[in-house]
Amino acid sequence: MLSIAAFSEGRHAQAFPTFGSERMGAPVTSFCRIDDAPIRIREPISDPDALIIQDPTLLHQVDLFSGLGDHGYILINSSKSFDELGLGEFVGRFPRERLLTVPATEIAREQLGRPVPNTVLLGGFAALSGLVMIESVAKAIREKFSGTVAKKNVLAAERAFGYVQDEIKELARA
Amino acid sequence: MRRQEEGSRAVAEAVALCRPEVISAYPISPQTHIVEHLSDLVRTGDIEPCEYLMVESEFAAMSAAIGASATGARAYTATASQGLLYMVEALYNASGLGLPIVMTVANRAIGAPINIWNDHSDSMSQRDSGWIQLYAQTNQEALDMHIQAFRIAEEVSLPVMVCMDGFILTHAYEEVDIPEQKQVDAFLPAFRPRQLLDPAEPVTIGAMVGPEAFFEVKYLAHAKQMQAMDLIPEVASGFAREFGRESGGLLRRYRTEDAETIVVALGSVLGTIEDVVDHRREDGEAIGALGIKSFRPFPLEEVREALEGAKRVVVLEKCLAVGVGGVVSANVRMALSGIELRGYTVIAGLGGRSITRESLHRLFDAAVRDELKPLNFLDMKTDVVERELSRIHQGHSSGSHEQNILRDVGVVAAEPH
Amino acid sequence: MPEQKIKHYQAGTFVVGNRLLDPEQRSVQARMERSNSLTSGHRACQGCGEALGARYVVDAAMRATDDKLIATNATGCLEVFSTPYPESSWQLPWIHSLFGNAPAVATGVAAALKAKGRDDIRVIGQGGDGGTLDIGFACLSGMFERNDDVLFVCYDNEAYMNTGVQRSSATPPAARTSNTKPVGGQPGNVFGKGKNAPLIAMAHEIPYVATATVAELRDLEAKVERAMELRGARYLHVFVPCPLGWGSASHDTIRLARLVKETGLFPVFEAEDGEVTSVSRIRRPVPVEEYLKLQKRYAHLFGDPPNTEVIGQIQARADRNIRNFGLLPEGDQSADLPGSAADLAGERPGETDPIGTAEGETSLMRLLASSPHGPQ
Repeated sequence: MLSIAAFSEGRHAQAFPTFGSERMGAPVTSFCRIDDAPIRIREPISDPDALIIQDPTLLHQVDLFSGLGDHGYILINSSKSFDELGLGEFVGRFPRERLLTVPATEIAREQLGRPVPNTVLLGGFAALSGLVMIESVAKAIREKFSGTVAKKNVLAAERAFGYVQDEIKELARA
Repeated sequence: MRRQEEGSRAVAEAVALCRPEVISAYPISPQTHIVEHLSDLVRTGDIEPCEYLMVESEFAAMSAAIGASATGARAYTATASQGLLYMVEALYNASGLGLPIVMTVANRAIGAPINIWNDHSDSMSQRDSGWIQLYAQTNQEALDMHIQAFRIAEEVSLPVMVCMDGFILTHAYEEVDIPEQKQVDAFLPAFRPRQLLDPAEPVTIGAMVGPEAFFEVKYLAHAKQMQAMDLIPEVASGFAREFGRESGGLLRRYRTEDAETIVVALGSVLGTIEDVVDHRREDGEAIGALGIKSFRPFPLEEVREALEGAKRVVVLEKCLAVGVGGVVSANVRMALSGIELRGYTVIAGLGGRSITRESLHRLFDAAVRDELKPLNFLDMKTDVVERELSRIHQGHSSGSHEQNILRDVGVVAAEPH
Repeated sequence: MPEQKIKHYQAGTFVVGNRLLDPEQRSVQARMERSNSLTSGHRACQGCGEALGARYVVDAAMRATDDKLIATNATGCLEVFSTPYPESSWQLPWIHSLFGNAPAVATGVAAALKAKGRDDIRVIGQGGDGGTLDIGFACLSGMFERNDDVLFVCYDNEAYMNTGVQRSSATPPAARTSNTKPVGGQPGNVFGKGKNAPLIAMAHEIPYVATATVAELRDLEAKVERAMELRGARYLHVFVPCPLGWGSASHDTIRLARLVKETGLFPVFEAEDGEVTSVSRIRRPVPVEEYLKLQKRYAHLFGDPPNTEVIGQIQARADRNIRNFGLLPEGDQSADLPGSAADLAGERPGETDPIGTAEGETSLMRLLASSPHGPQ
């Protein structure tokens, strides 16, 4: 959906998951490249500019941050803060306003009735990185889902968008 | 219409636009999204009239396509890896009978050991089956090639397989331009079979042919592939005129004109290679890339023309001819016979191991210094191999190679005490 | 299947055309305008049961479909002897693809016809026991399960004949084949239960399953006609003796087919949607020896002394079939099989036995009714 959002803004995008035998509960990574020029390369992303972590239980199990650039964005699906997640020391290297959490699962439960944080996180990411507009995220959601499901997901994404924007404003004031 | 779409779905839409009449479907990773989407399109009447057969094996899938094609229906199926092998008998039957079936092969490694990730060992294992083989570099090219494939197949009466890298292309979302129905209709006329099972004019198809005639019948398959060699670029130009973009053809030359070093490859890795080529060109290196689109028929002359001016050729291939080395490089060597230049074979990406820009830069650094061996293995863990070889050397019950190596690289836990 | 009472002095007439029947009821082969789909000039052995069966089956199917029929054929004797390059015996559209895929190719042909809106053209698939029950079995079962509109005919001569008489899953117990020779203490083919293809076909609950032999050619034709009245997956299993493979006299082909039915070794019946609908009764029950003795593939059972244990086991199989399918007319004790020794050709005077159909429940029907796959 992120790639669809970028595409709708006239940019080039390439998205793909890592693949493994289908198995519920297994860690899964997906990748997305966004560029103004056509994207030709095909390798997995080893040096991301941004990370969206959907499952924080992976934080201390897998090296999620390897390769992340110094100006990288990190958005973690959690109601806890970076400190509470045990990442306080780690975040010292990065510009503070690029590292945020958003309680996406909780928002999803409230808005969608299901703990599925995907679209919510995209809304939050739009606010965090400014790489795509929230309107484009909404468009992508409507392309993938229909009817009330689409509507609810758009609202959830917009709510996360607002949440993250507020977080950024607060950080700026601090 | 331009869309951001998953490769498999884009291919399914392209196949649908070609108005297939019989689709036989048996699922195998990573082709499943293609046949699933086609099932939806048939159910909703988007492809009509069309019979969608859910068969009991890949062998049945190709067999049903044979029956359908011989009855004058435009027939399609898709497979990968183990599935392709399971239908090998039927593959040869289809090409031997001259039936213009089109099939997607979502390139995937062949076991043992079982592996669902991308390499070219599956389609390469069938390079001599008589099927025309086209290799797509992007999802756009993959969908375009299917449209061209039906045209080529029906004109020359040979089956065509369109190869696209499993997962890397099939499961990647990228922008594609999906043509309009009327454009495809104008480009691809209705199927006019060369032979037909028809009660009004009965024929016998598939009779035994003895030594007195087999040779000639077999040669005809080769002769038809030679015809295809002329037809493929023709169809590609026709396609470019109608649809407004370059797609398919025999090969693609990327900055090869004045290149001293040319890298030859097939499929999606060409994208990464072209990116690396551009970087190195900026640093003043005379390097280029040759993408082979039609592997069968193999364009010996065109490959020769493209490569003969270079000092060195690096063939990067995602398959290994166990016991001898490169598959693609052997064919490239044939094209270059009589020409003096340095040739290096690089086996890469087997079983889905990523081919990165970093590795390619290191590889090309070594290549331009002529420090490569004739046969090279990109990013292979030689220490792991050495350890397993010494285990084998030490005793008979060294265990399964897979288990030992998986343990070594840490994927599987060490033995319990 | 039509029946007609005849006078006792007309009994013993096995004439194919049977001028005693109404013209409409006569065999397809009796007509001038028969399609002759498997025409003469093919290379079958003298006395080949399969050639006889195929000619009858395909001509009957052609008549039933107004000559609008397409045939697929597995590799095997029928395919090989009928299409010796550069000639072909087939006068209908016919395709041979591979050994194991005749049912799947037929599926593809049927799908193409459906896509083209040609429901007037029908499809027949053909194969031997090897191609149908062994290597083609998965494709056969798939075709059944999808209920594709195909009549598949298995010509069962109980071994891989074309390649030199090797054992198939249809080879009966104790029979000699090239790889089940009676050497080393083994009495021929290992005693197993075999693979009952007609019952397996019935388990798929397809519209029509039937067995037939080349001894009762009008019955065979009637079954093809019945099959072609229906749509969906249909299966016909035809018993066809092979003189070469069985070591029998080429003039005994029809006799052997008659005997295999009359011993009870090969039940002749019809079934629709998984239920037996008719059984062809045994006219004069015959002990299995009468059948076995005519074939060299069982010669090792009749040495000095004869292998009465194995012969007894074969007889027990026949008896079980008779019980399960109700092959003897009501009131008959299956234990009392009248001997028939000498007179295989003659009828007992005074009897006018039509080839009847079963009325009422047979024990097999009861068996099927109580199984989870039976009709409810």
